[in-house]
Amino acid sequence: MVAALDNGLGTDAGNTTGIGDPFLKIRDVGKQFGSFVALERVSLNVLTGEFVSFLGPSGCGKTTLLRAIAGLDPPTVGRIIQAGRDITALPPAERDFGIVFQSYALFPNLSVAENIGYGLRGAAWPKARRHQRVAELLQLVGLADQTVKYPAQLSGGQQQRVALARALAAEPGLLLLDEPLSALDAIVRLHLRQEIRSLQQRLGVTTIMVTHDQEEALSVSDRIVVMSQGRIEQIGTPEEIYCAPASAFVAGFVGRSAHFMAKVHTPTGYITTHGLVMPAKAASTLLYGEEAEVFIRPEDVELRPITDHGDGSFEAVVAGYEFLGPVCRLGLEANGLRFEADITPAAFTELGALPGARLSARFRPDRLLIFPAHG
Amino acid sequence: MGKPFLAQSGVIRPKASSDEISLRIIQALGFLFLSLALALPLASLLLRAFEDQHGSFVGLRNFAIYVTTPSLVRSAWNSVWTAFITTCVVIPLAFAYAYGLTRSCMPGKWIFRAIMFLPILAPSLLPALSLIYLFGNQGMLRWMMDGGSIYGPWGIIGAQIFYCFPAAAILLSVALSTADGRLYEAAEALKASRFRIFLTVTLPGALYGLVSASVVVFTLVVTDFGIPKVIGGQFNVLATDVYKQVVGRQDLNMGAVVGLVLLLPAILAFLLDRWAHGKRTATLSGRAVAYRPKPRLRRDLPAFLFCLSVALALMVIVAVAVWGSFIRFWPYNLSLTLDNYDFARFDTAGWQAVWLSVKLSLITAFVGAALIFIIAYSLERGPQRGFLAVLLRLLATIPLAVPGLVLGLAFIIFFNHPANPFGIIYGTLAILVLNSIIHFYTVGHLTAVTAIRQLDPEFEAVSASLHVPIWQTFGRVTLPICLPAIFEILVFLFVSAMTTVSAVIFLYGPDTKPASVAVVHMDEAGQASAAAAMACVIMAISLSAKLMQLVVGGLFARFTSAWRR
Repeated sequence: MVAALDNGLGTDAGNTTGIGDPFLKIRDVGKQFGSFVALERVSLNVLTGEFVSFLGPSGCGKTTLLRAIAGLDPPTVGRIIQAGRDITALPPAERDFGIVFQSYALFPNLSVAENIGYGLRGAAWPKARRHQRVAELLQLVGLADQTVKYPAQLSGGQQQRVALARALAAEPGLLLLDEPLSALDAIVRLHLRQEIRSLQQRLGVTTIMVTHDQEEALSVSDRIVVMSQGRIEQIGTPEEIYCAPASAFVAGFVGRSAHFMAKVHTPTGYITTHGLVMPAKAASTLLYGEEAEVFIRPEDVELRPITDHGDGSFEAVVAGYEFLGPVCRLGLEANGLRFEADITPAAFTELGALPGARLSARFRPDRLLIFPAHG
Repeated sequence: MGKPFLAQSGVIRPKASSDEISLRIIQALGFLFLSLALALPLASLLLRAFEDQHGSFVGLRNFAIYVTTPSLVRSAWNSVWTAFITTCVVIPLAFAYAYGLTRSCMPGKWIFRAIMFLPILAPSLLPALSLIYLFGNQGMLRWMMDGGSIYGPWGIIGAQIFYCFPAAAILLSVALSTADGRLYEAAEALKASRFRIFLTVTLPGALYGLVSASVVVFTLVVTDFGIPKVIGGQFNVLATDVYKQVVGRQDLNMGAVVGLVLLLPAILAFLLDRWAHGKRTATLSGRAVAYRPKPRLRRDLPAFLFCLSVALALMVIVAVAVWGSFIRFWPYNLSLTLDNYDFARFDTAGWQAVWLSVKLSLITAFVGAALIFIIAYSLERGPQRGFLAVLLRLLATIPLAVPGLVLGLAFIIFFNHPANPFGIIYGTLAILVLNSIIHFYTVGHLTAVTAIRQLDPEFEAVSASLHVPIWQTFGRVTLPICLPAIFEILVFLFVSAMTTVSAVIFLYGPDTKPASVAVVHMDEAGQASAAAAMACVIMAISLSAKLMQLVVGGLFARFTSAWRR
């Protein structure tokens, strides 16, 4: 059997790939396990060469969607079109993708080189070409000196690179990463995620990564698909997801923030909570008296000495602090409203923000994230 | 409030991959095989119990005759109480022995572990013959019986204790070795006394192991045929009743009824064990730290002395049989001789029976291990949807609950039926092989399943994404990694087929008499020394197979140490 090459045959007439067309089209894809709906008719496009992350808490359907794209658990309804070919019902072996699992699933009895060359077989890969390709990949992932070792003799990070090289060996059109970094310790994880990203950019391979780690998704993705309870909450660039979350779920899930309920106040563009009134740009489109969920991130809280009053500022008491190096994270309380603020260590000293200190606080009006409570 | 179901229109019908199709075909073939060799024979046994000699349906009449025949009912009761007493003796002994092996720092643990396996390697008749040598009519220690007789319940119980000890000790040492060391540290930190720690940590941890071991011992005793046959005398039990009805009275119908009665405790035990097994899974979390005993003389010395005495007792039983087999005329002329090993003098089959047994066991081991492993793989990694996988899984676990005698009887009824085209294998080596594979199927199946489940579940997904067909990954990855488990199945099948009596006693033909059956026949003919000699030959062959397993296993471990953690 020759490795399946996507030569455009078997494409529907109406689905010819044009320039700028998405590489992967997902249309109304749903998955039901017995009576449990794991995925509710989601749709999205992935462009050629893009790095897209599926982000969400466990059980949100992100892995289900990835496995549907891979054909490991075909969807119940919907259509998946890859490079103009309808692959919805095809078994994995008739698709064109490479995959890295959380466990890596390296073959323990085969050496690093044998693992990487595992899929390079048949007429398309004569021995010489296979050796050359394996050497190339070993070079690419920086393991050229580890060829004869077995997976058990490698560190977690090295195993991960072998899995990546194996998945990329036959130059698949699509790379799928299922929580590829979660089995590693924190420092290796930071390093490897950048390595994966630069490798992906160099090769230009379209990549989908599933992760529950929002920082990971923010740092490597071109676009992020935030999912919750089988639905897509938002699709957007990392900046959009962080700064302009589309729903209360996204605001709460991505980044750090204080969360509280507030009511829309008069005049327009003001909200009130815990007896405090403050300006909020996003509230200007809401009706008076409407209940809203509000989020404020620690870096969007401004602190001044207690004597310094400004519009929308209020008195807050320092409840505790955490020294994080470049910033100090203060825990504050105002009329029973608890929130956090990040300030520089210099500002910390200047303000004398020790527990019990009273400061003037203000939430930046343009950064308050507001969502109607029954929206 | 639940989420709305996805509309039922436009549901995707996934195209089956060639891997899925081939695994499905293997599942179907496995189902066909187990249906023919297990389900249909058992069904014909069941039917037979409701028919008279001429094949007409008589409803429950056979059962009515059974419950109104005092001798038959008494046998059932005899089976139950001897099994109960054996269980009550074996479990504490085995528990203490396993405790010494796993929870003490006594010296020579590996020797004790090796001796523990000894009784498995001999036919169950061997301890019975030893006891007869010691306490029988010509026994050396007959004076100790104080006028009582070893031929009867006490002989049965004594021999069963020896025969059942390994099974219980193995199960209990597994249960005791999977302890979470952190629980002990926590208990010590909370200043619990040693006795309290034993009651609150050790015993609950081993509880399901205890249930499992008790169930296994009880079933072994009820269903064993060799020991009551040799040492039971006039004391009848269920297993000897089946034999008498079938071989003595040629009454297959009543044999089938007694067989069904024999199936009853076995099935109950099986269900109880399944229940205990299900309960056990959650006792050890993935983050547990293995418990390592620290040396402590006040525990290690008694443990050592206890294990030493049990091991000595096991050795003595074996040694007496071996010694007896070399004695000219027990107990009057104790000079040594090889005459008893000249089997042709006692049984027309002579040494042929031994070679036949070896051949039977080798074929059973190789064919059985291949079949069992491939079917288990197709079940674990093949399609799980539909009835086929569920039914096949059920069929694979049934043999554990079917006593050898019952299976043998089911085989005669099914394969000896004039209308059965498979009847041609009746009386040949093939039926003995088939019977042995089915009889020991489940243990092998469970070993295979455990080994396959330890593999990363995504191996098949990875190879599909790399466009590598599943049989290639099976050959290059699954098989090499599972070799130790396959070898274990192989040796288990070999030893079991070598030593079993009950499964084959109904099925051998004039040219296919296995050694274990020859032991029974020679004992029946009053040739106890020759019977002991034959039992020793069987034990020696099983022992060599086991030793070979250790050597090959050691070599394999050395060659693969690079990739094994």
